[in-house]
Amino acid sequence: MDAILLQVLNGLDKGSAYALIALGLTLIFGTLGVVNFAHGALFMIGAFCAVTLSRLLTLSHEVIDETRTDFLGNPLKVDVPYLYDIFGETAGAAIIDWAVPLSILFAIPVMILIGVVMERGLIKHFYKRPHADQILVTFGLAIVLQEIIKYYYGANPIPTPAPAAFTGSFDFGALIGFEPNTIIYPYWRLVYFAFAALIIGAVFAFLQFTTFGMVVRAGMADRETVGLLGINIDKRFTIMFGLAAAVAGLAGVMYTPINSPNYHMGMDFLVLSFVVVVVGGMGSLPGAVLAGFLLGILESFASMREVIDLIPGINQVIIYLVAIIILLTRPRGLMGRKGVMED
Amino acid sequence: MFGLEKKDRSLLILVALLTIFAPFILNPFPEGSAMAQFNAGYPDLMQRFVIFGIFAIGFNILFGLTGYLSFGHAAFLGVGSYAAVWMFKLLSMNVVPAIVLAVVMSGLFALLIGYISLRRSGIYFSILTLAFAQMMFALAYSVLTPITGGETGLQLALDDPRILDGAGASAGNIPVPSLFGLEMRDSADLVLGSWVFTFNIGYYFCAVIMLLAFYLSIRIFRSPFGMMLRAIKSNQQRLNYTGLNPKPYTLAAFVISGMYAGLAGALMASMDPLAGAERMFWTASGEVVLMTILGGAGTLIGPVLGAGMIKYMENIISKINSDILHGWFAFLPDGLEDFVVTIIYPFIGKGWHLTLGLIFMAVVIFLPGGLVEGGQRLAALFRRKKTSTDDGSPAKTEPAE
Repeated sequence: MDAILLQVLNGLDKGSAYALIALGLTLIFGTLGVVNFAHGALFMIGAFCAVTLSRLLTLSHEVIDETRTDFLGNPLKVDVPYLYDIFGETAGAAIIDWAVPLSILFAIPVMILIGVVMERGLIKHFYKRPHADQILVTFGLAIVLQEIIKYYYGANPIPTPAPAAFTGSFDFGALIGFEPNTIIYPYWRLVYFAFAALIIGAVFAFLQFTTFGMVVRAGMADRETVGLLGINIDKRFTIMFGLAAAVAGLAGVMYTPINSPNYHMGMDFLVLSFVVVVVGGMGSLPGAVLAGFLLGILESFASMREVIDLIPGINQVIIYLVAIIILLTRPRGLMGRKGVMED
Repeated sequence: MFGLEKKDRSLLILVALLTIFAPFILNPFPEGSAMAQFNAGYPDLMQRFVIFGIFAIGFNILFGLTGYLSFGHAAFLGVGSYAAVWMFKLLSMNVVPAIVLAVVMSGLFALLIGYISLRRSGIYFSILTLAFAQMMFALAYSVLTPITGGETGLQLALDDPRILDGAGASAGNIPVPSLFGLEMRDSADLVLGSWVFTFNIGYYFCAVIMLLAFYLSIRIFRSPFGMMLRAIKSNQQRLNYTGLNPKPYTLAAFVISGMYAGLAGALMASMDPLAGAERMFWTASGEVVLMTILGGAGTLIGPVLGAGMIKYMENIISKINSDILHGWFAFLPDGLEDFVVTIIYPFIGKGWHLTLGLIFMAVVIFLPGGLVEGGQRLAALFRRKKTSTDDGSPAKTEPAE
């Protein structure tokens, strides 16, 4: 029992990332009908927003500390972040410690801007072109974005730690009445899951309970009629693209403490996220979220020692295997609408 | 001749001449001069030109004709490589059995994967092929290590059986792949003044095979079978209505292009007898897509051009560093020189992928027909301007379709 619970928990954080990226992909596909291969790159850029902010916060100047000396007896030079000068040492240190959560505020406007520029500048011209062309141009864009990031940040992963309050793990099992030390779970993964649930809830609430969301949903169902009613649906879809980019970016920001960001992390996630979208059903938002969590948990079950001993290598291929079976037996995916992209 | 039309025949002859004289054409700069780094006439790179040319020609038979975009074609290349290296290990260092087994194996894999994947079309087909290729990559990397060598890759060893070669043949050294005694890595140098031209047996072997593959693809393009594939691309539904089942045709195209990929993989292993799982990774599949689109999907010569261009960029542009750039722009005033170098620097050396991505995007946006279409447009422009005179190089821009 506790082993099963542990695997479910382990699957949650990866599942959350899959669900968030797949949600953004589906938003773009459902509204604009575009297959966006650059979505993984947006996830990666989000992660590098966190890196950028924590670098900005730790910008320092040298100060000569008279009280300490180096091994030659000269006064020691210390780097002092400008933040210490502005907010004092304790507050400054706390801000630097919380760089990753603070990056959320920084990443939202940046990602929306990138998304809108991308849609207006490039994707707009590809609505009428075949899906293959959309895949190819966004694939090219993904390469370009990835290389730009690589040029400025280098090819090595950049460690970006979580705030000190969330480092370390806690005994989740003891909390709900199991033997102590059976289910140890890192705090930050729980934070990530909660954050993902919050974002997903917010997106659904936005679509369900606001007028803007209603118009967007109407546009997803029947774009032409909405246009005939005198509503500028293109403008709203552009904003939705920005929003989808922000969702992917936030998923990236919060993922940095779990995995140090590097320039190809987006591509690694992208392939799996596409599989997730297809399993969930092209164009179905709840399907994308459900499939994201489902596949994340399935993957962590498949990496249990007992399962690997039974079927070697299953942990490497389980997601693809599920996708192949789903595509062949139920092409519209778990929750896809009938007739949407079914051929 | 060869059962080709006049236009196709001249194209084939042109390609043949280009490949035969490639060691001269690709080495235009004398040894030791400042431009010598742009010489591409060394065996390793020339081999890659033709091998990836074969790979792209095969991919084009599927994508160019039927419009099915496979994102997992590198898997067949990997299968071909593994099969060839196993032949080297078990049977003989002769490349013929290796190539035969590689083509057969990759054909079988393509038959299986194609049979399943082709039940869907459009984006679903792309994702299915991607999923299969990633699965094969993951398995080759982990569980199948006894067969594939896992992370280190599959390599030759001294104690391999090599039944046909006999035990004493290797005499303490790991033997090299050969064609009935002609060692693939043997080359002859021709020194003309300050120029050095290298003629490599491996290169000419690959080149001959590429010409055969190219000829076969011309025949496929011009055959009723090729016409059927084009019909699938333009309107599958109408094809169904006329009472034709498109599936066997698409599957045949998929298997043929998978066999081309396996052939390319076998040649890679013949030039350098090792095989690694990274050849099957999905970025490798993406690369052949780039090559085909860049050159011009659906045209005869396009994929070969694209493969050549990408491999040239990979090897030559990535070698330029900032010192060389400073050397080029030394004539500019100091401040301006530094400025120009700073602007260009991100696009060269390690940043060549950036250049590639930008060129690729530009091609998809402005020139969906690739370099071939660009050439045709240029030719049309010239023709309009000087209607009476011959246009510059009709051979290069000759519409292949």
